[in-house]
Amino acid sequence: MNTLSFSAIATAVGLAVLAFAQWLGLDYFYFAGYTILQFIVLATAWNILGGYCGYVNFGTAAFFGLGAYTTVFMYKLYPLPIPLLMLMSAVVCGIVGFGMGYLTLRLRGAFFSIATLAMAVVVQTLVINWDFVGGSRGAYILHPENLEFAGLKVNYIVYLFVLMLILAVVALASARAIERSQLGFGFATIRDDELAAEACGVPTLRLKLIATTLSGAFMGMAGAPFPYYIGYLQPQSAFALDYAVNSIAMPMIGGTTSWVGPLVGAVLLGSAQQYATVTISSAVNLLIVGLMLVAFVIIAPNGLIGLVQKRLRRGPP
Amino acid sequence: MTALLHVDNISKRFGGFVALDGIDLEVQPGERLGLIGPNGSGKSTLVNCICGTLRNETGSVRFDGQVIDGLAAHQRTHRGVARSFQLPRPFHSMSLADNLRIPLLYTVRAREGMLHAHSDLGARCDELLDLVGLAAKAKQIPRDLTQVEMRKLELARAMAAEPKLLIADESMAGLSHSEIDDILALLLRLNEQGITVILIEHIMSAVMSFSQRLAVLVSGKKIADGKPEDVVRDEHVVRAYIGQ
Repeated sequence: MNTLSFSAIATAVGLAVLAFAQWLGLDYFYFAGYTILQFIVLATAWNILGGYCGYVNFGTAAFFGLGAYTTVFMYKLYPLPIPLLMLMSAVVCGIVGFGMGYLTLRLRGAFFSIATLAMAVVVQTLVINWDFVGGSRGAYILHPENLEFAGLKVNYIVYLFVLMLILAVVALASARAIERSQLGFGFATIRDDELAAEACGVPTLRLKLIATTLSGAFMGMAGAPFPYYIGYLQPQSAFALDYAVNSIAMPMIGGTTSWVGPLVGAVLLGSAQQYATVTISSAVNLLIVGLMLVAFVIIAPNGLIGLVQKRLRRGPP
Repeated sequence: MTALLHVDNISKRFGGFVALDGIDLEVQPGERLGLIGPNGSGKSTLVNCICGTLRNETGSVRFDGQVIDGLAAHQRTHRGVARSFQLPRPFHSMSLADNLRIPLLYTVRAREGMLHAHSDLGARCDELLDLVGLAAKAKQIPRDLTQVEMRKLELARAMAAEPKLLIADESMAGLSHSEIDDILALLLRLNEQGITVILIEHIMSAVMSFSQRLAVLVSGKKIADGKPEDVVRDEHVVRAYIGQ
């Protein structure tokens, strides 16, 4: 199946999800669904660098937060439509991703991860001390209750949901296209053995920079609508550790070698968290992540996808 | 005749340890050079400096008439230097065919006038696997291979880049006699196709039967270079290997 037909199918599935939501007619579904879709994008973006190239990035929150604060910055300057803001966040975070890659990709393993974690702290500190975007006080982002599209009244949360749905489809289609391209093969050699990759003619540094740029750009895009979603943005919520932990845990639970992994992981973990938030307490979220991660490391170290592949390879008993 | 590879006075140190100390080496096109030396004499370091994995501190490396100092390892591969690793380093998550696809995609296709279509790539992978006798295992992953098969894969992958110079770093260590003969035959066949080969090896019978010329490294210095039968009788070489 080529990328075009995959995109068509993914779009169809997206439309089906939207139709289901409309049929349900429940505002809460959009609120919860937005978060899950956002995590699908974050997990997919993380997986481009972490899963395909094997570089574990703990700095998801930095990119997500930067994306969100690009929106806040523009809101204070001159409010623009959200799709435009998403593109701007993609550019900003792509550039930051490139810079981070250039500075840190000579580090490997834990050292790289620590450097990305440090970057998240640095960016958050910068934002806290930047008065224009609200500093530690945070910033209010006001939006109308409804939007009008060609005479059609659309609830704002539905609008945000649709935007995130489109982004999720784009992210998944891109990840899948990368996976099957020459780029994807190159990424896999970096994950397997960088020295051997270079000896085979793979320009590893260039590929890693492509990965950090793409990954950062998608994370930034996921963050761009967030201020409009939450209404009041403060640094602690934009740069929360939850984003880093979730975007690592989700691909790990789903499986990191294919685009399906982050999708499955994000839907599974995201839904479980939403369910727990409503029924128990929002504080249980990270506990669930922790428990599921431990369980999967023991039961399925290669994620659900790995587990299924193993079963398939073994064949019926 | 101009040399294909010209190593000029290169040195490399790791902290206080001098791994290479002013090495000069020339390899002519189509030649079969054996490179020997006791453990820790700097053979692999020399290979790493030629291939760009390590940077030499002094001196320079010329390949095919051009200075290649400062080029990254992958750029040297594009120019036509290929190597196999002392310990095989296959891409674990890929099938054997995909392992060979990497140099085809990234090196052969990157060269001008050598663009392969996708269908050609598959055929070329099969051809290479067939050459090293691994065609039946094309879809398997490297974990399923035996030691000798792993070495063959390593060589096949180096060959896939269609190099001018192939450096085989101890590709026979730990193999049985018949397996060594297999690898030797393979290397000779490659040489007949016009590929220059540097063979780094401890197994003297293999080195002696393969090499047209022999160079000896001891403690980072080249102490002998010449016809194999003369070199092995050289008093310095004998002293380095056996002691006084």
